[in-house]
Amino acid sequence: MGKLEKHFYDIGLLDTLAGQDTAVHRLDPRAKLITTMVFIVTVLSFGKYVISALVPFVIYPLFLLTAGNLPPGYILKKILLVSPFAVMVGIFNPMLDQNTLLTIGGLSVSGGWISFTSILLRFFLTVGAAMTLLAVTGFHAVCMSLEKLGAPRFFALQLLFLYRYLFVLVDEAVRMVRARSVRVFNGRGMGVAVYGSLLGHLLLRTLDRAQRIHSAMWCRGFDGNIRILKPLSFGRTEYVFMAAWILAFIVLRLANFPVWLGSTVAGIMG
Amino acid sequence: MSHHIVEAQDLHFTYPDGTQVLQGISFRITHGESVAIVGANGAGKSTLLLHLNGYLTATSGGLRIGDSPMTPENLKHVRRAVGLVFQDPDDQLFMPTVFDDVAFGPLNLGLPEAEVQDKVKEALETVGAWHLHDRPPYRLSGGEKRAVAIATVLSMSPDILVMDEPSSNLDPRSRRGLINLLKGFTHTKIIATHDLDMVMDLCHRTLVIREGGIIADGPTAEIMRNEELLASSNLEMPLSLRTCPACGETPGLVSTHR
Repeated sequence: MGKLEKHFYDIGLLDTLAGQDTAVHRLDPRAKLITTMVFIVTVLSFGKYVISALVPFVIYPLFLLTAGNLPPGYILKKILLVSPFAVMVGIFNPMLDQNTLLTIGGLSVSGGWISFTSILLRFFLTVGAAMTLLAVTGFHAVCMSLEKLGAPRFFALQLLFLYRYLFVLVDEAVRMVRARSVRVFNGRGMGVAVYGSLLGHLLLRTLDRAQRIHSAMWCRGFDGNIRILKPLSFGRTEYVFMAAWILAFIVLRLANFPVWLGSTVAGIMG
Repeated sequence: MSHHIVEAQDLHFTYPDGTQVLQGISFRITHGESVAIVGANGAGKSTLLLHLNGYLTATSGGLRIGDSPMTPENLKHVRRAVGLVFQDPDDQLFMPTVFDDVAFGPLNLGLPEAEVQDKVKEALETVGAWHLHDRPPYRLSGGEKRAVAIATVLSMSPDILVMDEPSSNLDPRSRRGLINLLKGFTHTKIIATHDLDMVMDLCHRTLVIREGGIIADGPTAEIMRNEELLASSNLEMPLSLRTCPACGETPGLVSTHR
């Protein structure tokens, strides 16, 4: 099986996970979406050299992970898959910012390295929260609640269609790559020129399909609005879930627990 | 009162790039008829189907659906009255779940929620796919996709069902299931296909299209026996009419092999 195909089946697993039936899965998607957005904003609001105060925030993605019965390895792999972006963002910090901020046993650590670590930590927290959110909610439920919460309709529509046709597109690409690979000998035919042609074809096919989908939508009375029947119910559980977590985020934002814990322990020992 | 009639008068259609596809098509299909449209690849079958619910507008000539001529004003009515099932179910199933997809049309028609729920359930039960209502469409098998694609149209309570190659890519059993399903419908049916054996089972009348014109219009049983006519349209006599190579039984009779 090709690499592309493996990734394809991997994405599908996210849907299977979202189809489970646990207490967090049953929560109204809007509650989870808002809570996760507050989480992300809180995590991003810390100063650029903060590390220790960020660590306790791991509790939220961990909670979704365990309560949602998700396989940690799978989620971790998905996070690592996008981690190069975060590394690229922060990789130059150690070179640009060489002021010593910290000395550990004679080893001086520059501000650049600290901010780099902080960026990576934030990345793991925010992407981890987003991934677990998707895995306990499902992509289309997230899109729908985005729309219900007032995000531009076209934005939500675009996302929905992107997700729906991602599978068809990947399928088509997989078939083309497969068809090529069975006719490649000694590496001949693997060149960039052939890639260009493959991509060109894929684009043309996509345009054709877009046309057909549009006609299929039109035939069933599409007028620019997507209407979805979903009995979303925002009840007490949702309010409690949101209130409890947002309160926790505020507390964690204001008080630096690792430091507090450290000094308390030091105080007791001393 | 609509009489579920489809009438085309001298339809012509030319694509913007200059390709002339329909060159004077006329027919009249009456209430409850089941009609096959057959012809070679590129003869204009699909283009003709897209006219029947107003997606494409004829360059010249007229079309009547039910009591009303096809005009921009009654397009909405025509779209509801004519349910078009596309050849590739992936084009037709674009919503996140099967339920949402089947509800798409009725919701766009502005039906009240409770009625939409009923229509969706009824349509999915008709095609035997209610158990799939929670599933995302891309996770279905080919046969399931086809059944759901038909349900997406049934939920709008069309008077006329128009289908493009409904039996393509189906395994024999799914194909048989589809044929039995369609047999049970009392709608006026218009089916474009190469599956002439299905035509034998479903349609009493056949239109043969070649190069954008109708070259034959008559009872299926007659047309399917006209080997010359079929060959001129890149078609072959259906298997059910050919002499059985195993037992030499006469064509057209019900064979009971053991």
